[in-house]
This record gives sequence, structure tokens and C-alpha cells, in this order.
Amino acid sequence: MDSIMTNRNDFWWLSPLIIVIAGIIAGGYLTWAAFQGEFFEWGPYLSPVYSSPYVPSWWKLSPAFLLLWIPAGFRITCYYGRKTYYRAVFADPLACGVEEPYRKKYKGESKFPFILQNIHRYFLYFALILLVLHWTELILSVFYNGSLYFGMGTLIILLDTLALSFYVFGCHSLRHIVGGKTRCFSCDGCPKKAKISHGIWKKVSLFNTFHNRWFWISLFSVGVADLYIRLLAMGILGSDPHIIL
Amino acid sequence: MNSKFRIYRGNQQKAEYKDYEIEVQEGMVVLDAVHKIQAELEPDLAVRWNCKAGKCGSCSAEVNGKPVLMCMTRLSSLPEGPVQIGPMKAFPLIKDLVTDVSWNYEQNKKITPFTPSKDTVWKMQQRDVERAQEFRKCIECFLCQDVCHVLRTHKKHDQFFGPRFFVRTASLDMHPLDTVNRTELLKEKGGIGLCNITKCCTEVCPEDINITDNAIIPMKERVADQYYDPIKTFWGKLFKKNVK
Ligand code: SF4
Ligand code: SF4
Ligand code: FES
Ligand code: FES
Repeated sequence: MDSIMTNRNDFWWLSPLIIVIAGIIAGGYLTWAAFQGEFFEWGPYLSPVYSSPYVPSWWKLSPAFLLLWIPAGFRITCYYGRKTYYRAVFADPLACGVEEPYRKKYKGESKFPFILQNIHRYFLYFALILLVLHWTELILSVFYNGSLYFGMGTLIILLDTLALSFYVFGCHSLRHIVGGKTRCFSCDGCPKKAKISHGIWKKVSLFNTFHNRWFWISLFSVGVADLYIRLLAMGILGSDPHIIL
Repeated sequence: MNSKFRIYRGNQQKAEYKDYEIEVQEGMVVLDAVHKIQAELEPDLAVRWNCKAGKCGSCSAEVNGKPVLMCMTRLSSLPEGPVQIGPMKAFPLIKDLVTDVSWNYEQNKKITPFTPSKDTVWKMQQRDVERAQEFRKCIECFLCQDVCHVLRTHKKHDQFFGPRFFVRTASLDMHPLDTVNRTELLKEKGGIGLCNITKCCTEVCPEDINITDNAIIPMKERVADQYYDPIKTFWGKLFKKNVK
């Protein structure tokens, strides 16, 4: 029989299902954590969900929301993120070769609201600033009480910061800015400049190849780092294995 | 060993899947099976093919609902059960497995061809041509066009070039010796905004061209530069730079 939806007989539904489950787990935890407004620091550590260096006295909401719009906006407008939720949430299409309802008015990203995805590059600029903030906080957590503190938390935050960096470095908009926009790297006659810009573009392209993986790894690593610090702050984890130099 | 096949038979007026059973040997591809059915059971079964080596792009069809080249799909790679073979859905059916793909050639004509400057020095650096080299692998099988939901489901044939022609446009706009900016063409006539980067084209490309990541998204970024980046536009106006 010619099925209306698809003639595919493989497990095409598995990938959208896994993505929805993973999205609910990660998104659900991070939203919950952001709303808590407490137990986000312990000893030298500050949860990456709460990375704002300054909280104004008039701010009444959870401090997480001061900067959380940056990673949220960055991920929502991320080309890989878009692909993921257009498929798994909007079923547009659910999987390749799987039909969706015909819509005469289908506009994709050419009209409101999805035309707004074009602001992704602006979120990138803020995300780069946030990345510097994350690295600064990591370094500051090592210089704790006049000595050098390396704990389990330091390792977890380091892995999270690396994952976030690898995710940001593979951004399509970054790839465009560092060289993708040029027609020709060598044509302005300066071989040194051509070599450098082409080299940077190649590196970003390499990260870009694994962009989907780092999207997920960094999403979960933020949650794990927050959870670790939260459990310490709540006293559920008794101590943080560490060495002090 | 005998295997079962269900093949789409008919034309635009009337068509249905018909069942066949033939003996298959190890190493056979779907196209071999279709040829065997044609030779032994159905002499009027229409199928387009040419090279049987995955290089001419003629034998595109949908096997178990997935757009593939029949000559590159081994029977042993398919799950147990009858193998369902149908024509590409995005194009008008001529007969059985053969569709009319001429719409694609019309899209191609809309793209401004390679335009070097008059005094071009025909010398290029490897680093400047390697991006476009990937796109030259295209065999025009149109499987990417077939799977793209903008064409397949939403039937935007009159507003949308499709992934194959985004690849071609990217190959020209990334060519170091070309001089034309095709960003406006892509936005206005090509309808690149209709693409929601869901990557089905990339998934089916038999030449493994990274269509979405290396052609479509870079071109979308160029469109954003020119049309959707107010800061860049303001900056360009301030310093009288033409935003390319
Ligand atoms: S990525 Fe764009 S062009 Fe490719 S199949 Fe999806 S919608 Fe079509
Ligand atoms: S880009 Fe790939 S799938 Fe599309 S026509 Fe060319 S070879 Fe076929
Ligand atoms: S962060 Fe994914 S494309 Fe920019
Ligand atoms: S017959 Fe040439 S690609 Fe299949």
C-alpha cells in the first residue's frame, strides 16, 4: 500500500523522539534551575547558569535571568538548533521523505516570525562575550582564598567551558565572519593575510563539522555543572574532592 | 533465493503498486532487480538509467520511501520484506519509475553564469578554489530536489530553486574569478528564505556534498549581510562602503 505519510520502513521516528526527550530533560532542568534563584554558588564555584558578575539591587527575579537570554537566544537561533526543532517539534518535516500537511502559505524563514532567525549573528557577539566571562569565572575559581584550588568542580566547570567554547567556535555565523563571506582569500595580494584568514576559516569549519555534537554536549554539561554546585550548596554532597597548592 | 518487489506502475492518470517475485543473487543492486523484472516479467516497465555506476544521475527513485540511486543501492542493505520502488515524488510522472525532471533545467537557466572580468588572469590558489570543488561533484540526480519538503510537499516550484541550484549558485559566488553577486537572485527568485535548513538534501546526496552546511547556510549568511543586518548596513552607509 502507498502510505499517505511515508513509505519508509526504517526507524525514521526514533531520531525526533530522542531529540524531544533530550530537549525536555535538558531544557526542563535548566529552566527549573534558573527559576530557583538559590544554591547556585558554593565555595569557589558559581553555576554557569548564573554567570552574571553583577546583580543590581533592584533586580527582583532570579539572577540567572540577567544573562540567560544570551545562551537561550543563541541556541534558539542556532542553525543546528533550528533544524532540530523545525523537525522534531514543528514536524516541518518530521523526517526526510515523511509527509507533513501541505500548506499553501508555507513561508519557511522568508517571512515573520522565522525571518527573525537572521539575528543569530547578534546573539553570537553576545555569546562570545559570555564565553570570556565563563573563562574568567573559571580562572577566578582557581585563585581561591589566596591559594590555588583545584577541585572536582573545577574539572566539571572546565569541561563545560571547553564544550561551550567548541560549540561557539563552530557557529555558522562565526564561520561566515572569519572568512566565509569572502569570495577569494588571496585576491587582495597579501599572501600572509590570506594564509591567516584561510587558516582561521579552516579551523572554524572543522569545529563546524561537529557543531551538532557540541550543541548537545554543551547543553548537558551546563546542566551537570549546575547540578554539581547545587548539590554541594544544598549540602547533599558533603564535600568537593580537591587539592590546594 | 526469491525476493518480493512492489513497483509503481502507471502514469499520471492511473497508477498503483504491483507485486513481483524474482530470484535474486548476491551482490545485486535495486536497478539489477528492476532490469530482471523488465526482462522476465514486464517488458514495458519504464526505468531511466545509463551508467550503472552512480555517476550519470539517471536512476533516481524512491526505494522503501527513501530517495536513492537504484544502481547504488544493494538489495542486501535493505531490510527484510518486499522492496518498494517508486518514482521521485517531487516531479511529474511520465511512466512507472520515470519522471519529468525538465523543471530543473529551467531553474538552471535563471542563474547568471560564470562571469570573469575581461582582463582575468587565469591563475588561482588552491585555498581559493577548494570550497567550490566539493560542489563540482554534483551529478544532477535531483534526489536533493526530490526530498526537499519545500518542493515535495509545499510545491513551491514557482518560487524556489531547490538545493541543487543553491549548490550551483554557491559554486559560482565562491569562485575566485567570478565577478557577479547573486545574493539578490537567491533571495528574490531563488527563494532561499523558504529553506528551513532541515538538511534532508544533505542526507540523500549520493555524492556526499554537504549541501546545507557548505552551500545553503553560507549563502543565507550572505543574504543576511545584505538584507537583514541593520548594523552592518548602517556601518556601510557611515563609511560609504558597499555591503557586498
Ligand atoms: S535544507 Fe533546505 S533545501 Fe535542503 S531539503 Fe531542507 S528545506 Fe530543502
Ligand atoms: S547536490 Fe547531490 S543530490 Fe543534489 S543533484 Fe547534485 S549530486 Fe544529486
Ligand atoms: S551557534 Fe549554531 S550556527 Fe551559530
Ligand atoms: S545509472 Fe547512472 S547513476 Fe544510476
